[in-house]
Amino acid sequence: MTVLHDMDSAQQRPEFEQQPSDASAIGDVERPLSLVERVFNNEGVQRLTILLVLIAAWELYARWLNNSLLFPTFTETVGTFWHDIRNGVLIDRTVTSLRTLAIGYAFGLALAALFTTFAVASETGTRILSTLTAMFNPLPAIALLPLALIWFGLGTPSLVFVIIHSVLWAVALNTLIGFRSVPETLRMSGRNVGLKGARYVGLILIPAAFPSILAGMKIGWAFAWRTLVAAELVFGVSSRSGGIGWYIFEARNDLDTATVFSGLLTVILIGLFVESVIFRAIEARTVNLWGMQR
Amino acid sequence: MTPVLLEANGVTLQYKTPRHLVTATYKVDFSVHQGDRYVILGPSGCGKSTLLKAVGGFMQPVEGSIRIRGHEIKEPGPDRMMVFQEFEQLMPWKTVFENVLFPMKVTRKFVPSEARERAKAVIEKVKLSNFQDVFPHMLSGGMKMRVAIARAMALEPDILLMDEPFAALDALTRRSMQQELLALWDQLRFTVMFVTHSIEEAILVGSRILVLSPHPGRVRAELDASALDFSNADRPEFGAMSKRIHALLFGDEHKDTAA
Repeated sequence: MTVLHDMDSAQQRPEFEQQPSDASAIGDVERPLSLVERVFNNEGVQRLTILLVLIAAWELYARWLNNSLLFPTFTETVGTFWHDIRNGVLIDRTVTSLRTLAIGYAFGLALAALFTTFAVASETGTRILSTLTAMFNPLPAIALLPLALIWFGLGTPSLVFVIIHSVLWAVALNTLIGFRSVPETLRMSGRNVGLKGARYVGLILIPAAFPSILAGMKIGWAFAWRTLVAAELVFGVSSRSGGIGWYIFEARNDLDTATVFSGLLTVILIGLFVESVIFRAIEARTVNLWGMQR
Repeated sequence: MTPVLLEANGVTLQYKTPRHLVTATYKVDFSVHQGDRYVILGPSGCGKSTLLKAVGGFMQPVEGSIRIRGHEIKEPGPDRMMVFQEFEQLMPWKTVFENVLFPMKVTRKFVPSEARERAKAVIEKVKLSNFQDVFPHMLSGGMKMRVAIARAMALEPDILLMDEPFAALDALTRRSMQQELLALWDQLRFTVMFVTHSIEEAILVGSRILVLSPHPGRVRAELDASALDFSNADRPEFGAMSKRIHALLFGDEHKDTAA
């Protein structure tokens, strides 16, 4: 390494000032994107493209296989789907499922809120809840169904019980993690203005932990929906007004694969709708707007 | 002489880490008068932030007492509004205006219409009127700090507590924030307690400077800096004060460099 000892060598480089060079060649500094660019940047358009590609692959493969008992084509599935919607069977089944789901989900969320509020009140409460979630979160809700049937008999109460189980722990765990990661400064500025107890939880902790809570609600929703369909497939047979799982089960017994597919399609469509319309809308109005999540 | 607002008598503060019981300050006495810009200055580890937290009511002294207007401080309260060093003290789910309004709303110190008026006025004072409907994540660090100060001042607390509020800002922003704070003080004459580890900032911002020695924090000196500010920062008195504090903080072994 050379070390410059004399100051002269530093002065050999002259100082200069100049006007900024002409940048007009680049055009507008801010140029609006063209229509095509904007269309392809749209997330909805991108998702739709993915869906169309998947549908095309499905249709081509099914036509090549040419066995509607094993793998019906997309058009056949949609035909059955449309037929069952028009005669009301599918709508009936879906409404039954969604009603059970809504009850279970609502109870699950309410219980999770109750549990976590007690958990944040003290160290012991936090320990109890983390132990409970560690015990019950990995336990598949469907494994509790036989037990639920003994306790609550056949029908909606048993289904609601397993749905609550699948929602409660996922939401409680995420909410607790969210509460714990609220910055100390934010907590202190809440206590500074004299907030305590329920007002402190409601006005500071819940909004500050909302990204985590929302993530928990999404996971809880997916667990609940899965559990419900699975439970209906196993025990929906005995239920008087069956849900979407029962619809699938019935069709399988008749070896009516197109109807099985149409039931699965319904499950997927509802999943897509809840995720990309309802939860997306909540996110856009909350965590995205607040810059808490990209 | 202006009346005494806050009085600390023999305050010893301790806190627990997972492995140690740390004594942050030992038998600290001081009193803050109405209208003071009272600076607590000391090297890191002298318990100055802990002392401010105790004044805020976030921790209790193990010995001694802190009184505000004669009442012992037991818990946090809106009469002692705190401005923190970190930017995340603003609520990200509320706009600038709602953030400033929030303490007035929850304490119900003002009727709603008056609270809104006050929020507007104080936001204008910190020159953020154009940003009042913006969420905090879109603001720069200096702007967030201005919102935090506005939020604290809107409530008209007895005393404003500032814990190294400009430490996380870049040097240029820090300079202009110090000037703005002094300009606001000139208008409103509030009482402020200000923690810093910068000797220069202490002299510029403070009117009284409490110098603490480290490990644990004990009072080393209380100095009058009310005559020194930006207008005379290049005068010898300023340099002399700076050297004096330097000697107080670092003792004899650094006297050669300080002199």
